[in-house]
Amino acid sequence: MRYIDAFRDTALVRELSDAIRREADPDRSYAFMEFCGGHTHAISRYGLADLLPETVRLVHGPGCPVCVLPVGRIDMVIDLVRTRPDVTLCTYGDCLRVPASGGLSLQKVRALGGRGGSGAASVRMVHSVADALALARSCPDREVVFFAIGFETTTPPTALALRQAAAEELPNFSVICNHVLTPPAMAAVLAGGTALDGILGPAHVSSVIGTGAYGAVAAAWGMPVVVAGFEPLDILQAILMLVRQVSSGRAEVENEFSRGASPEGNMKARQLMDEVFRVRGSFEWRGLGSLPGSALEIAPPYARFDAEARFGLTCTPVPDPPGCACAAILRGRTHPRDCGLFATVCTPENPVGSCMVSGEGACAAYYASGRHRVPVGQEARPS
Amino acid sequence: MTAGDPGDVVELAHGSGGRAGNRLVENVFRPLLGNPWLDRADDGAVLEPDAAGGAAASLVMTTDSHVVSPLFFPGGDIGRLAVCGCVNDLAMMGARARWLSAGFILEEGFPLSDLRRIVASMAEACQEAGVAVVTADTKVVERGKGDGVFITTAGVGTRLPGQSPEGAGARPGDRILVSGTLGDHGITVFNAREDLGLESSITSDTAPLGGLVEALFQAVAPGAVHAMRDPTRGGLGAVLNEIARQSGVGMVLDEAALPVSAPVRAACALTGLDPLYLANEGKCVVVCAPDQADAALQALRAHPYGRGAVIVGEVIADENRFVRLNTPFGGQRLLDWLNADPLPRIC
Repeated sequence: MRYIDAFRDTALVRELSDAIRREADPDRSYAFMEFCGGHTHAISRYGLADLLPETVRLVHGPGCPVCVLPVGRIDMVIDLVRTRPDVTLCTYGDCLRVPASGGLSLQKVRALGGRGGSGAASVRMVHSVADALALARSCPDREVVFFAIGFETTTPPTALALRQAAAEELPNFSVICNHVLTPPAMAAVLAGGTALDGILGPAHVSSVIGTGAYGAVAAAWGMPVVVAGFEPLDILQAILMLVRQVSSGRAEVENEFSRGASPEGNMKARQLMDEVFRVRGSFEWRGLGSLPGSALEIAPPYARFDAEARFGLTCTPVPDPPGCACAAILRGRTHPRDCGLFATVCTPENPVGSCMVSGEGACAAYYASGRHRVPVGQEARPS
Repeated sequence: MTAGDPGDVVELAHGSGGRAGNRLVENVFRPLLGNPWLDRADDGAVLEPDAAGGAAASLVMTTDSHVVSPLFFPGGDIGRLAVCGCVNDLAMMGARARWLSAGFILEEGFPLSDLRRIVASMAEACQEAGVAVVTADTKVVERGKGDGVFITTAGVGTRLPGQSPEGAGARPGDRILVSGTLGDHGITVFNAREDLGLESSITSDTAPLGGLVEALFQAVAPGAVHAMRDPTRGGLGAVLNEIARQSGVGMVLDEAALPVSAPVRAACALTGLDPLYLANEGKCVVVCAPDQADAALQALRAHPYGRGAVIVGEVIADENRFVRLNTPFGGQRLLDWLNADPLPRIC
């Protein structure tokens, strides 16, 4: 615990805040995107935006696994659990609350159970893919399907589970792979024309893929990238490093999170991912649209564990609900408070868009920690 | 078969009202929980409030259902929880708990040895809290239709003189105190349920708070305690937002003052859970008049269940009824309601 405390040292945080104020050029503004939802959450959680000068603005990025999951993928698995009573779908808790078509969500489908012609609708929340694997072992008469989401951080555990399932020849375990890749998403945000002066790179993702993975993006867009840890000192130190890069006209990949990420990343995890997955031709992201080479699918040697093939699943694209600004928010083009639905129609209890679901989503984080800053009149009263 | 033998389990017959059910009462419940009311084996208990709290004392009643998994965890079990949950709700209403009822829903196949442990734990908690289970009921559901055992307790208490705490009682200027470290129970149960294997020093704080509240009341001026709540489900975040909403006020807390033990902080850092939203079962939040805050603090700290008490913030006028947190770094954020179950981070 002392190790964590060191990264929350009040005096050092204030020193860094002062240094950013001192070194940021008062005659210009800075827009830095925190790519990762973990950073969005930490910035809200620790009130870090208050410690920056007005000229330094943080822009939320698309790095929240639940937020970028298109509605069509949720519709697809809802259809699966409603039509196949022999299937138990396992997924992470946040996925259960993502709003799908027809006012449904996995949580609602589970609660409806056998009612309303929805089949048994067996849905389980798990904390790890290992739990789903264990369930498959203990329930040989059920088809256990793991709905895998996440960036490169959660990908190696899924890969490991698939390798384990292959070693055990588990016939009743399969995976719906929604794993997505960070560097293509970063490039897509920049290609979309979002005006940025630098990017805070993700911590845990970089532990896996290495800081070198952002070299191409930094070079192609002349964009400073600083990989940062999730503690208050990490984030402020990384912002200072970005300010310094801008001041000196550099556009490099730097690593503030050297205690957890190396240039080449975790080679063992990368090899495992390469063995079990391959890059998809293209994948639809919420907000970013269909991006080539931006996601993973299960590689041929493990194809028998691919639930999409096993159950003949197809995904139909679904447009965002009218008025929902999630797409623009995920691209860093708009702020949650500027969405007409924010805190009125769309709340964490009744989310319209996916950014209001996960604690890492920009809207949910801003709602939970920062909505007292919304100008009076726009604020919905707590009911 | 005699109930209580190792290997014996709950059978549907135990809930049938016949001989088996009677044996369960005679062999498990009455020996452990027995008292003059229960021993009469009537359909209900006749209570005499005059004898307990004086003729003028108001009666306070509450009820609470308990469905914890696992049933046994470091620092407690569902039995201790069922007693303390009810006693503490009464204490938060400024009442001394007197009489409890207990309804048990048992799942077919549940080991009677576990039931005996749970009931013994209830008896111990009752003794500590000075209450009696004066009436009880047992039902048995088929295997697969319950989770071992569910316990619903209801409690009646007599209101203590001098203070009338209520959710709507907080006023601008009041001080906000918590009686000790936050999140201990929630993280303990999470750790045990999910088999996270976190360090064994994490222990639930399940405890009856009647004595702590009486000590507090004796130490402060009449009418000084404006609101009290025990931060159970939803943790401190939920309780403060409830009081703010009911009272039509805002609150400002000093985050650095919020007490969280080192093991709980470490477990939360690892899982991504927030101790401010995790349950406690032996802590209370006290909102009191500013000039009585020091006396209240001293009284809490002098009691074994309030040693870690601190003043954590202040009630302010705010028509939005926001609970704000001043961070140690000079920023400010909201402490909002929790929206769903606390979830560990994904990545």
